Amino acid sequence: MDIAIDTSKSRYHVDKNGYYGRFGGAYVPEMLYPNVEELEQQYMEVLRDPGFQAEFEDLLKNYVGRPSPLYYAKRLSAKYGAKIYLKREDLNHTGAHKINNTIGQILLAKRLGKSRIIAETGAGQHGVATATVCALMGMECVVYMGEVDIERQAPNVARMKMLGATVVPASSGSKTLKDATNEAIRDWINNPVNTHYILGTAAGPHPYPDMVARFQSVISEEIKKQLLEHEGREHPDYLVACIGGGSNAAGTYFHFLDVPEVKIIAVEAGGKGIHSGYSAASTKLGNIGIIHACKTLLMQTEDGQIVEPHSISAGLDYPGIGPMHAHLYETGRGVFLDATDDEALAAGYELSLLEGIIPAMESAHALAKLKDLDLKPEDVVVLCLSGRGDKDLNTYITHMKK
Amino acid sequence: MQNRIDQLFASKKKDILNIYCTAGFPELNSTLTVMKALQDSGADIIELGMPFSDPLADGPVIQDSSTRALKNGMSLHKLFEQLEGFRKEIHVPVILMGYLNPVLQYGVEAFLKKCAETGIDGLILPDLPMAEYEQDYKAIFEQYNLDLIFLVTPETSDARIRKIDSLSRGFIYAVSSSSTTGKDKDMGNQEAYFARLKSLQLNNPVLIGFGIKDKATFDAAAAHANGAIIGTAFIKALEGSTDIVATVKSFVASIREGKTLAEKTI
Repeated sequence: MDIAIDTSKSRYHVDKNGYYGRFGGAYVPEMLYPNVEELEQQYMEVLRDPGFQAEFEDLLKNYVGRPSPLYYAKRLSAKYGAKIYLKREDLNHTGAHKINNTIGQILLAKRLGKSRIIAETGAGQHGVATATVCALMGMECVVYMGEVDIERQAPNVARMKMLGATVVPASSGSKTLKDATNEAIRDWINNPVNTHYILGTAAGPHPYPDMVARFQSVISEEIKKQLLEHEGREHPDYLVACIGGGSNAAGTYFHFLDVPEVKIIAVEAGGKGIHSGYSAASTKLGNIGIIHACKTLLMQTEDGQIVEPHSISAGLDYPGIGPMHAHLYETGRGVFLDATDDEALAAGYELSLLEGIIPAMESAHALAKLKDLDLKPEDVVVLCLSGRGDKDLNTYITHMKK
Repeated sequence: MQNRIDQLFASKKKDILNIYCTAGFPELNSTLTVMKALQDSGADIIELGMPFSDPLADGPVIQDSSTRALKNGMSLHKLFEQLEGFRKEIHVPVILMGYLNPVLQYGVEAFLKKCAETGIDGLILPDLPMAEYEQDYKAIFEQYNLDLIFLVTPETSDARIRKIDSLSRGFIYAVSSSSTTGKDKDMGNQEAYFARLKSLQLNNPVLIGFGIKDKATFDAAAAHANGAIIGTAFIKALEGSTDIVATVKSFVASIREGKTLAEKTI
């Protein structure tokens, strides 16, 4: 397995100082320095350990159900005039790609001798994935979730509790994902010795963006093998993924970043439209700044106060973007598009009818941009279907056309 | 060149009282009233918080004061407007404390220039890493004769403390325990940490902060260092205040004169 592959020669992976171009770093207060330093010193060594890799691989196979299928979507392909493959992360245990990262991080936490796990969650998907692996390993689990999100996502709150986690409402600031992340970081400051923080996306202080991307890189590792079987080549023409913080995208792109012929397409949440004041398109609306100890592109006021974003999809409702993605945007390696709430809804209905797959609202954003790619019949497109849509049924039903 | 912080520590070695308040709290225009009252009541250093939407190192009390200040309309530009000419009245050292992002948006050089022009003596920017400071900003801080005050914690290694000492100017902010601000962690078991700090014989004076809330905790901290820093307890006192000046005076008196009373009873 390639999670510990040497990327030091790459322009697009993290450099030895923890940066992607001018993005990244670890802007942590001194109280957090030892925690982050311990991770930074140890994560690559642990990831390289064959014993660790064997355990990770075994759980991915027998517990998560990997490899996830690379499905040739025939009717979708016919509609858009290209060969479109869906990477079925929605078929993983717990219904999304999030579990790849939580399995990796809990195994890491065990090796670091930690006994207590904390996490942040927005819609509750990462919280459920964290509570799941904590139950699996018999570890204490505390999940921070914005008060507003707790009300909006009652079924996932119930799931986490059933899995034995304590769900702590984040009541500060705007009471959503950004504030839940602040609270998790504060918990970590107050519990520096026994606690590991399982951050759910490819953002936050170095080494999190690289570490999370590596645990998610099983997605692109499998794509290469599976595409070779289907098409006789490892490299697609297009890779498409949605981006909030960007963990499924980081995993989808990981092994293709230095293959220039693979076009990288990232789809952000346009919300009600880029200029509506209700959007989460961080590259279009953001500029460089620091959020959650990471220098990246983020949505903020002229005074440097972080802005509350909007998206119909809770998983994309983040005012920043992972530093790898900010770098892909700035270098032009990635093409960044945005899909509005309405476009995503339409794409969600369309996939349901064409392929019998109800996608997560996040993944629906990626699907929504197939129509805007200049596709030719021989083009091979791989789109990461990051999660299943069960959690979004209420949203779909509310907006269903009469 | 000596600035006000250096002058203070040159003339006073013990019981230095540094009090934190959030700019624009409790009212948008109370900033200078609070500062003036702090000086008149006998605070040695004023640490003025620049409010931020996402203050990671702070507990709920200081965060709420930030949120309220932002709602009141506070911003860096507004703050510099309020501070225009404040040196006519306020002579104690004034430090701005805040997070890096608003400073980046203002422009680091423009910000430091403005600080120097206004009469600010130093900065505390807890999320500015040492390496980035050394590489990108140290020269500008020195150009404007502004001190950057770094934090150390019980978890900070000796080697790192020495490195921090070599980069710090003004004083070192010793966080009493691994926590966010305003946590009630026991300071009793910090003796070894304070003794370790003392044994390192640092170049900079040391003030202890976090968890200092009354005369007893101030005395305990001040016994191990050049003085101590109070934030959360002061913000709490200001929260429900109807007479800011009276509240500030009685708060500082509770720290200072409480102590004098105690000494008299010995």
